[in-house]
Amino acid sequence: MPNTPDYHWPPMGQRKVMGTRINRLDGIAKSTGAAKYNSDLKPDGMLFGALLTSPYAHAKVKSIDTSAAEKLKGVTAVRVVAKAGTEIQWAGAEIAFVAATTEEVANDAARLIKVDYEVMPHLVNEEDLSKAGARAKPAGEQNTGDTEQAFKEADAVSEGHYGIPVLTHCCLEPHGQTIAVNGDKVEYFPSTQNVYGIAGDIGRALNVPVTNIHVHMEYMGGGFGSKFPADRWGLESAELSKASGGKHVKMFLDRATELTIAGNRPSVFAKVKTAAKKDGTITAWQSESWSTGGVSGGGLNAQLFPYVFTNVPNRRINHTAVSVNASSQRAWRAPTHPQVCYITCSALEDLAAKVQMDPLDMFLKNLHYTARAELYKFQFAKAAELMDWKKNWHARGDSGSGPIKRGLGLALGTWGGAGHASTCKTTIHSDASVEVELATQDLGTGTRTMVAMIAAETFGLPISAIKVKLGDNSYPNSGGSGGSTTVGGVTTSTRKSSVNALQKLFEVVSKSLDVPPENLEAVDQRIRVKGNPDKGMSFTQACQKLGVNTISEMGANVPAQAPQEGLNTGGVGGVQMADVSVDTDTGIVKMNRLVAVQDCGLVVNPKTAESQVFGACIMSVCGALYEERIMDQQIGRVLNPDMEFYKLAGIGDIGEIIVHMDIREENDKRGVVGLGEPCAIGGIAAIGNAVANAIGVRVPRVPLIPQRVLAALERRNA
Amino acid sequence: MSIKQEPEKRKKRKSNFSRRGFLQGVGITSGVLTTGILETQADAQTSAKVSGPGEVPITLTINGKPYKTNVEPRVTLCDALRHRLDLTAAKRVCDRGTCGACTVIMDGKVVYSCTVLAIDAQGRKIETLEGLSQNGRPHPVSQAFTDNDAQQCGYCTPGFVMAAKGFLDKHPNPTYEDVKRGLGGNLCRCGTYVGVRKAVLEAAGKMKGAARNA
Repeated sequence: MPNTPDYHWPPMGQRKVMGTRINRLDGIAKSTGAAKYNSDLKPDGMLFGALLTSPYAHAKVKSIDTSAAEKLKGVTAVRVVAKAGTEIQWAGAEIAFVAATTEEVANDAARLIKVDYEVMPHLVNEEDLSKAGARAKPAGEQNTGDTEQAFKEADAVSEGHYGIPVLTHCCLEPHGQTIAVNGDKVEYFPSTQNVYGIAGDIGRALNVPVTNIHVHMEYMGGGFGSKFPADRWGLESAELSKASGGKHVKMFLDRATELTIAGNRPSVFAKVKTAAKKDGTITAWQSESWSTGGVSGGGLNAQLFPYVFTNVPNRRINHTAVSVNASSQRAWRAPTHPQVCYITCSALEDLAAKVQMDPLDMFLKNLHYTARAELYKFQFAKAAELMDWKKNWHARGDSGSGPIKRGLGLALGTWGGAGHASTCKTTIHSDASVEVELATQDLGTGTRTMVAMIAAETFGLPISAIKVKLGDNSYPNSGGSGGSTTVGGVTTSTRKSSVNALQKLFEVVSKSLDVPPENLEAVDQRIRVKGNPDKGMSFTQACQKLGVNTISEMGANVPAQAPQEGLNTGGVGGVQMADVSVDTDTGIVKMNRLVAVQDCGLVVNPKTAESQVFGACIMSVCGALYEERIMDQQIGRVLNPDMEFYKLAGIGDIGEIIVHMDIREENDKRGVVGLGEPCAIGGIAAIGNAVANAIGVRVPRVPLIPQRVLAALERRNA
Repeated sequence: MSIKQEPEKRKKRKSNFSRRGFLQGVGITSGVLTTGILETQADAQTSAKVSGPGEVPITLTINGKPYKTNVEPRVTLCDALRHRLDLTAAKRVCDRGTCGACTVIMDGKVVYSCTVLAIDAQGRKIETLEGLSQNGRPHPVSQAFTDNDAQQCGYCTPGFVMAAKGFLDKHPNPTYEDVKRGLGGNLCRCGTYVGVRKAVLEAAGKMKGAARNA
């Protein structure tokens, strides 16, 4: 009976590959255009799908006539999904699907479908709660401590209102797929965060076992939480293929549809009252918030108030979900956290201004209310050093006499990010090639590269010796990529399958080296005897002993066991600080700097980890200054489902971004933790606070467009 | 960074197709699409040949090679590349000249291929990302994008690489500030701009080195 192999990560100082800055393995494929995304596929005879959507936010389909579409030359199939009598709940809802020989003909055919609607009243805006009527559903009050008494006894009370609108994911590769259904065999090439699980959606709809559904995806062009299910367009494209003789049907949403129905994150608006002692100790939090996640209402876990400072002793929390006639929310990097962080950190910065305190000192003073006081203390100190906070911070509004006002702001965030269930197979061939297979996906986060790094570390090989196979549901099951759970899951399963495979190789070579397998180690492309490095053989020689055999071993991350194993855990912290200049004549906010200090336990590849944090900071600049889904109550539709008016920051809009990965032995010991969500939380709040600090007044509602900045200045001067 | 041609140049171009012909052919009145440029160009070509509304044969010169296909006159260069010619490096993202994911270089100018009709691209010298690698070696811009991790999901990357190549062809000695302005026509959702800035500056250095050694 062999001993249980030692799966532990090598100690921090002894790693050869992990922790080094490795170029992403698919970098050249992406930057030379060789990378084929599923939206790039063009199998022989492929048809194009098109979609007709509802122009009305709330309506009943009275009749639908597809005859003209069916007659159009080149059309192979038409499918109605909103039959007469169907009640439509948002503009952009799917009505009918068409397949045709070219995309142009498919779109023409969709336009030829005649639909008669009975238009019904709608509500598409939630910001003015007084207009929501019965569509507002209060969740009931949560009380802790004695908030009323705390406000009475407080040295300072601050009141404010804050708002952060609905955003849309705006994935550059739209949602969609190329799919072929032949009898009970399905070839499915989606753009998804869920390569293994997504087959189930198609299987249930077509009544086909998932074993007959082959899902493949090498690359995907952005998901951010919005690409898990097969969606209506996936299921209907499958039906269109079936109805068109099994030909491949490609359908990726056009930009307007993508921004209208393929994912959005809930808004949050709130009236907040806070209290503190003279020394800055927070004594009470009271919030009345509301939000919408679309027609189902929903949208927010208000238990998260006050964000991170969860243990403020006196809390009164009310939240109201508002149902609007708009498509449903989807997960977005750190669901709920950026919004709740924005509301909380804005209100606390306002409270700091009330007690005339540097908000950094106030945040530090109250860290005992958080779950990771020591971590945040370290991170704030590091960020303050990078920002030169003490030198550059000034009291609110005390920013000189010229029209350009400069200010600093800060925020903090937290996330779980423990590894999801993941299974991996590592195979060693007799020619010393090593392959690692698992049905995960690389969203651009560097998953492929990190899997290779773990195997290379384990085998004492260079990363070029490892072949990673992912993005295919014929490989062992690995979870969908959501909630920053991927890296913990896949690094753990890869480590375990690779250690298991190496054990087998040790058993093969132990006889010729005349030592027990447990006395062997794999270092520098050699299998050698521990404590006697000259005794051994090259990895290649060791593998040659396999003859006609291969070694294939499995390994799994089982979330319930992970805490004992210590390879991955959950729970991280990070802080952001922003430095902005505001032109008080024009209302234009300019980013100077954004500093992020972020912990994610053991950092496998600092290069791609930093990229994730840079990206999250830039996404925060978008959310703070530019992005907003604008709904028009008159027509009931999204007014800006495009990229001119649904604004993202450009390369010149982001200022300088400074990322410091909080790589320390005490963090490293916690194992691998996910990173995608936690770094995407605090930036908007930090920028909002910097603007308040610069101009001396809160601009309550993001994005901080000139109109809102000027309106706030006017209120201040009034 | 959308295509803008001086009227002089337009007049000299030997195209079988004209904007007016196209507009008539597909039954869209010029009232729908009135811009000064279109009017001027249409007036300059009074003997317009009607093309369409069905598919017409076209020949495009891409990366030095002729490509023949059939497209409806309304098909953009971006869609012709992707759907007809299987040249899919250029990505279709906004499909209306905002985001730059479909960037190609046409007659030496950086253009959004979603704003150019395929029939109008005939006779032009079109460079796509597929043609940038030489003898299997990535172009210095592509290499720099990889080395500086100027990409995540990678969907904006091909457009960015082409925009950067076109920018560096015209501005071989850019400053950091030049890069921030010069690449403002491309959008990224993952947030890779920090890497892109570094990559473009690094590529500028390498390309100058290569020119010296040539």
